[in-house]
Amino acid sequence: MARFIIRRLLVAIPVLFGLSVILFLFLRLLPGGGPAEAILGQHATPQLVAQISATEGFDKPLYEQYLTYIGRLLHGDMGSSFIDGRQVADTFLIRFPGTLELTMGAMVFAVGLGIPLGRLAARHPNSWIDAVVTVISLFGISIPVFVLGYTLAFVFGVQLHWLPTFGQIDPRLDVDPVTHFAIIDAMLAGHWYVIDAVSHLILPSIALGSIPLAVFTRITRASVIDVSNEDYVRTARAKGLTDRRVNDRHIMRNAWLPLTTVIGLETGALLAGAVLTETVFSWNGVGSWVVTSIQNHDFIVVQSLVLIFAVIFMTVNLIVDVGYAFLNPRIRYS
Amino acid sequence: MATPTGLAIAPTARASRGLWHDALRRLLRNGPALIGLFFITVFVAGAILAPYISPYDPTIGVLSDHLQGPSLTHLMGTDKQGMDEFSRVLYGARISLTVGVVAVMFGLIGGIIVGAIAGGAGGVVDGVLMRVIDVLLAVPGILLAIGLVAWLGHGEIQIMLAVGISYSPMFARLLRGSLLAIRESDYVIAARSMGASPVRILVRHMLPNAMTPLIVQATLAAATAIIDVAGLGFLGLGPGDPRIAEWGEMLTDSRSFLQSAPYLILFPGAAIVISAIGFNLLGDGLREALDPRLKR
Repeated sequence: MARFIIRRLLVAIPVLFGLSVILFLFLRLLPGGGPAEAILGQHATPQLVAQISATEGFDKPLYEQYLTYIGRLLHGDMGSSFIDGRQVADTFLIRFPGTLELTMGAMVFAVGLGIPLGRLAARHPNSWIDAVVTVISLFGISIPVFVLGYTLAFVFGVQLHWLPTFGQIDPRLDVDPVTHFAIIDAMLAGHWYVIDAVSHLILPSIALGSIPLAVFTRITRASVIDVSNEDYVRTARAKGLTDRRVNDRHIMRNAWLPLTTVIGLETGALLAGAVLTETVFSWNGVGSWVVTSIQNHDFIVVQSLVLIFAVIFMTVNLIVDVGYAFLNPRIRYS
Repeated sequence: MATPTGLAIAPTARASRGLWHDALRRLLRNGPALIGLFFITVFVAGAILAPYISPYDPTIGVLSDHLQGPSLTHLMGTDKQGMDEFSRVLYGARISLTVGVVAVMFGLIGGIIVGAIAGGAGGVVDGVLMRVIDVLLAVPGILLAIGLVAWLGHGEIQIMLAVGISYSPMFARLLRGSLLAIRESDYVIAARSMGASPVRILVRHMLPNAMTPLIVQATLAAATAIIDVAGLGFLGLGPGDPRIAEWGEMLTDSRSFLQSAPYLILFPGAAIVISAIGFNLLGDGLREALDPRLKR
């Protein structure tokens, strides 16, 4: 297992190297003259362009610029924003907890509802229950997060006034950002503020979780039906085991295998989906930061965030593969 | 040498004609797939006939008529500039469907070229190309498309390219996998032993037999491409011309009127959802039609 993990980490090195070259060129080859002109946009004056080119080293030869860039990256320096002058890494640490909270909320919703729905459909294949579940999952993959987000905001926020549709916590509450996880900070502040934080999380989680919900439902259904037709399940029933025991011990244990892979893959997709969801719900995370950075031509931030997303995505995939080996003794990575 | 040729080539040709014929028959008996086809047809017809059936010019607004709810004069109401929402949804179908479908085609072409070279050549070429694909796959799809549009600039062609490039690694991987699976098939070995050139084997024998999963995936990708294109428009990375009706941008323009004019979200939103459902149903139907073992 250790050897497998090391090999996967070694394979990741050329991928990250390739990505760093592409992202380096992304900034240097931006249309509109040069990187300094692209960043400054309509504010570009010859003096400002010269100033930025000098401080960022855009006037040096490309290979020299790349070596500086990669050297800084290896020291954890991802550059700083042109808008507020803050280090990308600092802002990331403040904003990432919000995205993580949202992603986990979406995952809880998708797994918590998707797997029972899939099991339900699999227990009654080709019935009306199956049809309803199929329609739900079809909607889930066909509705963009921003359309679902606004629909939820309109129904549960504007019409029913049940849930907040804006931000992570009511700004009137006296909550200090200690960990930058809204729910944990609200817990620390006491006064049951945590209820407010959780209520803010509900609608964005549903909007972001709709696609994984659909995927998990489909996979669970297919996987449970698949396993139910196996000989060992028939044997288990023939032995006179209860339905519950057959379901839990024989069917679900094996049906979980394809699910773990898909759950891992969807976690990466959720991070990307957060870009849209955070914009809809004014969520102070990394996703909305990508969008405002692009709108503000803050390309150094964009460049760094794409790299960070890729690293997270690859890490999640590695964890999934390792987890898969733990769950499935038939697979041995060597 | 004549006998092996006959044995190797004839079954392939016959099987492929039969496969498509059977698949079409199964597709036409698949209710959900027909519903999907119906949705797509309605939107394509709406897009083509937009100049004839839309009651108003989608680019001209009457400010005194702004933010009117749905009525007989304005079936889907009017937006903040007094433009007729129904006409804009119709014209929006042109942009969204064309850009979405062409983007998938770009992705498919790129994916086929890379996948065919990698799967056909194997060895070092395969290794290098797959590492490049790994780099592209390391960035989540929509984020890759966002970055590319930020780089390429605004415009329909740029969006098609950006979304297309973000889809091509998936197609390349899929095709390469299928090609590797059939590389040692009897008919490929037979063609090789006949002295057919590697290119001929790839183009005439291997590619036609590896296309099925790609066709299914491309249909399903059309659904996500329409959603992605609308997503780019929603983020302000759309065609760039505010007069052009694009479903995603229409949604962004309407978000400040969620309370007073929710229909401005409802109609373009429904258009995106229904067209995506159409392609998803058709894709699932195609998959079942082309691989009947999947149907339960």
